[in-house]
Amino acid sequence: MTVSAEKAGLRSAVILPLGVAGVFLLTWDVVVRFSGSELFPKPFDVGKGLVELFQKGLLFKYVVASLFRVTWGFALAVLVGVPGGLALGWFRRAHEAFNPLIQGLRPISPIAWIPLAILWFGVSDAAPIFLIFLASVFPITVAAAAAVKNVPTVYLRAARNFGLSPQQLFGRVILPATLPQILTGLRIALGVAWLVVVAAEMIAVNSGLGYLIIDSRNAGKRYDLVVAGMIMIGVIGWLLDLLMRQMERIQAVGWAYGNRGE
Amino acid sequence: MEIAVSEVPDPTRCAAASTPAVVVRDVAMRYPGQRGGEAIDVLQHINVDVCRGEFVCFVGLSGCGKTTLLNVIAGFLTPTEGQVLIEGELVRHPDPRRIFIFQEGGVFPWLTVFENVGFGLGGKTPVARGELIQHYLEMVGLTGCERLYPRELSGGMRQRVEIARALASNPEVIFMDEPFGALDYFARFKMREDLIRIWRQERKTILFVTHDIDEAVQLADRVVVLGRRPATVEAIVPIELERPRHLNSTAYLQIRDRILGAMGMQLDH
Repeated sequence: MTVSAEKAGLRSAVILPLGVAGVFLLTWDVVVRFSGSELFPKPFDVGKGLVELFQKGLLFKYVVASLFRVTWGFALAVLVGVPGGLALGWFRRAHEAFNPLIQGLRPISPIAWIPLAILWFGVSDAAPIFLIFLASVFPITVAAAAAVKNVPTVYLRAARNFGLSPQQLFGRVILPATLPQILTGLRIALGVAWLVVVAAEMIAVNSGLGYLIIDSRNAGKRYDLVVAGMIMIGVIGWLLDLLMRQMERIQAVGWAYGNRGE
Repeated sequence: MEIAVSEVPDPTRCAAASTPAVVVRDVAMRYPGQRGGEAIDVLQHINVDVCRGEFVCFVGLSGCGKTTLLNVIAGFLTPTEGQVLIEGELVRHPDPRRIFIFQEGGVFPWLTVFENVGFGLGGKTPVARGELIQHYLEMVGLTGCERLYPRELSGGMRQRVEIARALASNPEVIFMDEPFGALDYFARFKMREDLIRIWRQERKTILFVTHDIDEAVQLADRVVVLGRRPATVEAIVPIELERPRHLNSTAYLQIRDRILGAMGMQLDH
């Protein structure tokens, strides 16, 4: 790469997004000043709010609380959804039997389950974990089932030709062939899980970033902390997605994305 | 000139051995009708004997059932009538002793070239495996490509990987279903040349399906011409020309016209 091309790359990768962010913050600041709003915070107020939360130790505590719930709910969904989806994709009868139920449950927003979650689990970590499980198990199951159905017949026939046992067929063909699509399903599911944890924490528990937002509003209209909480949700959600994207680089799935390191 | 049709099998033809490697006896194939429609007869009264080490091409118009026939012989489909015997054994299902090379490409995209070629070598020690893989990679001209993934290769190179994978597991018979159909003109040419070289080295029995008559005449010891659906064997044309065969020699053109005639077609000269 030439020096000027490198500079152009740097410009579009770093300088442009920073510029857009700067203009966004400036516009925000100017609009709030002109409107003369007493309640809505300026960017600087939000920054001070973040520092305040950090110094009180709440920031770390709430982030950990939210991540803890997402980890458990998501992990349970992976444990149920991946094997379940693979089975649904492979056994036509199972698909016929279970698919209508899944398609009927899937459109119900996890938010609609909140009353039942509180009824069954009370105000505890179990309620949001259950909601996150519900939110992520369906996209994972559907992705895994579709991945199996999408395995080209030619690979199955080639495997049959080489005389693979059912276990070998699963380990050497089905699993590697479906892994990239399953991983994409996991990435979507984790995004949904992060959306849901915030909603669940607003109602079902007394900690976490969702609780921070609703509590800051209710206890003293601290909108600077409300926006600070929103920013933390955005940043962590972004980091989670980057983490999942990194997984697409591992060798077992890299073949499907065309980004194998040379 | 007379055309030899297979309806009466000739047990003395395969000189090197007492029995032919592949025997197709009175095979018929009928697909059940879709949604109450009528059943479709695809193949009728197919009789073909293939000798050990012979290269036989099956030609016919698109949709005539040549791929169906190859799938029946390989054991992927069960014929409605008749039977297929390979080395005296009734074919009931696919078997690692008979490897199928697919039209749409059957190399696994999640495995490297090296791993693909070694796919059927589960029972071997790592050293023996490695040696076999290198041997066949060299034979198909892919030495140095071991660590590449299929998507990093051209279509022709992917077919070479599949051929090496088939050869590595040392099968008795190799089935090829229009393996060069998706390649460009020049790649196809080179592949045919290399396939003949490899076949002469390995002496495998090859059953090769194509709709390209030039391809069949270039490759085969004998060409089995299938008719329109329901397909029967219209003619079996032996080709005794020396290889490499020249596409514009008189003998070549005569054989080509004979095959076209058997298909019920004519080229105006």
